[in-house]
Amino acid sequence: MVTTADKSAGTRKITIEPVTRVEGHGKVTLLLDDKNKVRQARLHIVEFRGFERFIQGRPYWEVPVMVQRLCGICPVSHHLAAAKAMDWIVGGEKLTPTAEKLRRLMHYGQMFQSHALHFFHLVSPDLLFGFDADPAVRNVIGVAAKFPDLAVQGVMMRKFGQEIIKATAGKKIHGTGAIPGGVNKNLSTQERDFFLKDMEQMLVWARSALKIAKDYTAAHLAELKDFGSFESNHLSLVRADGAMDLYHGVLRAVDSQGKKVLNDVDYQGYFQHIAEEVRDWSYMKFPFMKAIGPEAGWYRVGPLARVNTCDFIDTPEADAALKEFKALTGGKPNNITMAYHWARMIETLHSAEKINALLHDKDLQGTDLVVKGPRREEGVGLIEAPRGTLFHHYRVNKQDQVVMANLIVSTTSNNEPMNRAVQKVAQDYISGKPEITEGLLNRIEVAIRAYDPCLSCATHALGRMPLDVEIVDCEGSVVDRRQRD
Amino acid sequence: MSATFTFTIDGKEIKASPGQTIMEAAEAAGVYIPRLCYSKDLRPHGSCRVCTCMVNGRPQAACTQPAAAGMVVDNNTDEIQAIRRDLVDMLFVDGNHFCPFCEKSGNCELQAMAYRLGITAPRFPYLWPERSVDASHPEVFIDRNRCILCGRCVNASKDIDGKNVFQFVGRGEHKRVAVNAEALAADTDLKGADRASMVCPVGAIVLKYKGYATPIGRRIYDQKPIGSEIESRRK
Repeated sequence: MVTTADKSAGTRKITIEPVTRVEGHGKVTLLLDDKNKVRQARLHIVEFRGFERFIQGRPYWEVPVMVQRLCGICPVSHHLAAAKAMDWIVGGEKLTPTAEKLRRLMHYGQMFQSHALHFFHLVSPDLLFGFDADPAVRNVIGVAAKFPDLAVQGVMMRKFGQEIIKATAGKKIHGTGAIPGGVNKNLSTQERDFFLKDMEQMLVWARSALKIAKDYTAAHLAELKDFGSFESNHLSLVRADGAMDLYHGVLRAVDSQGKKVLNDVDYQGYFQHIAEEVRDWSYMKFPFMKAIGPEAGWYRVGPLARVNTCDFIDTPEADAALKEFKALTGGKPNNITMAYHWARMIETLHSAEKINALLHDKDLQGTDLVVKGPRREEGVGLIEAPRGTLFHHYRVNKQDQVVMANLIVSTTSNNEPMNRAVQKVAQDYISGKPEITEGLLNRIEVAIRAYDPCLSCATHALGRMPLDVEIVDCEGSVVDRRQRD
Repeated sequence: MSATFTFTIDGKEIKASPGQTIMEAAEAAGVYIPRLCYSKDLRPHGSCRVCTCMVNGRPQAACTQPAAAGMVVDNNTDEIQAIRRDLVDMLFVDGNHFCPFCEKSGNCELQAMAYRLGITAPRFPYLWPERSVDASHPEVFIDRNRCILCGRCVNASKDIDGKNVFQFVGRGEHKRVAVNAEALAADTDLKGADRASMVCPVGAIVLKYKGYATPIGRRIYDQKPIGSEIESRRK
């Protein structure tokens, strides 16, 4: 934290920079008045990249490989969303069973590893040691020292998911498995057997991680219920029959009471329903549902949104967990920000169940890999990335070059919600306090971390992982700042 | 046919026939001399200089220099490998080569040569030249960002395809491969099946719609370094 007080104005600004244990680079500024009341709290994303511009002119088949360089954490999401858009370009959107199942396996592998990374490496220090614990201990090394079994579990779950990505995409990070209209390989029986031997252990660990998240939420419900929480819309893809589907489906959004405000929307026309607002203080845009408008049409995406929008889960253990989750709020959408962790672990178990089922499916050894049909000049690809709904939209000219690209990344959709969470925590825990401790500021980061934001993806920007909180006086000058490298 | 003769490469005795270049004789004997512009079915171009060897103490391009009886050739020495590394390093910064997403990755001779020579990152400053892309042709995509001016397409079009589609224009840093038309490849009689469309050692001329079709692990240079197919012939 960096604090700069302006005594003459009686005000100050606190800056938390960088925000730690998130993917990408961001900062938080808190603007306090002369009574230490928080007047404004903002999460700023300070990165900029511009992928949408520099892929223009490139051949369309290059895009799924190129755009995944946006990110090193869930590049598979960008790879697959772009490939799904390019399926439309080549008229190959109805994939062969082998191609679709191989892509799904890749995606569930990614979901499994990304959620494990977030839960064990980035979040568990807050949950295990408490928000006010010494930051020297409140980190992944501290977890490894005090809870070595959990640390190993996190590493091994991530490894398993990464190995699945390698088997399906050729590399653990930035592979080439999905191509327009299909995939470039199947899964050999040798590769399948390599995963089957560890499958049962992964299911056991996914169950135990779910139990940790669920028990933590139940044990701390009184505090967590309002912690950075607020009512909101929730948006995700769901399967046509209302099941959770992380790879494909139709768009659905529900409001805070569960009323469907978007339903059965074919995502090829997403732009008729979703728009993005630009604000001058952030490189990250603010998406909203057009029918409701920018003031109230913003929505949450990601695990919490997905468990709120879906009617059921098509794998038995995750479905049972979903029922338990929904029972907490009487079947209405859950608006507790910290419930993201519980929802994320339900999805982790769902992914493990899906991987297990796919590994037993002989279609993965099929040889019919690519399908093509009438060529189109425009295509949209959506996928449920670990952090939420990911939109890729391209136009391609007759010479096969990309002429327009629009990406709406999960964290971008969560921009307004994260800002709301920061404002809520700042008001509840910091406003009016004579002294602002590291633990209080960490609460802001805890609320941001619940969303598992990927700030690099959201601005399509190169970056480090850190955060920055600033307190600004009412005149706008910085009076306090907390910064971490 | 005249009688064969012998010369040495790195002390090893090599048999050669009159008219054979050092490169040809070495290759027949299973000795790999690194090269980029050279392609077996094309006239040697001698432009990349990666095959430079010390021949009787003087630097010579092995692809163009005829072998002679008693010649002493140094190929795999620290001094020559350092020269080759510099040459390949300069090729990387002279163009806009983005291996991480280039569809030629794993099948690219420039990339494979860099790996073979132990180049992990460029040592010279990037020049970031402005180069053009020609996507007009229905079967072939031309990306001059990746061109290393090896001349293979020029020679293949002229000598094998009998078409003269490609030609060098400009001099020095402005030199580039142009198409023999008012502006674009679509206006030439180039076909995807032409040799000129398939000889590019890098990703400057590629067949459309084929990118990334070969999975990582099964690409040409995923398993063995470039040149190992020649070295495997060595007795």
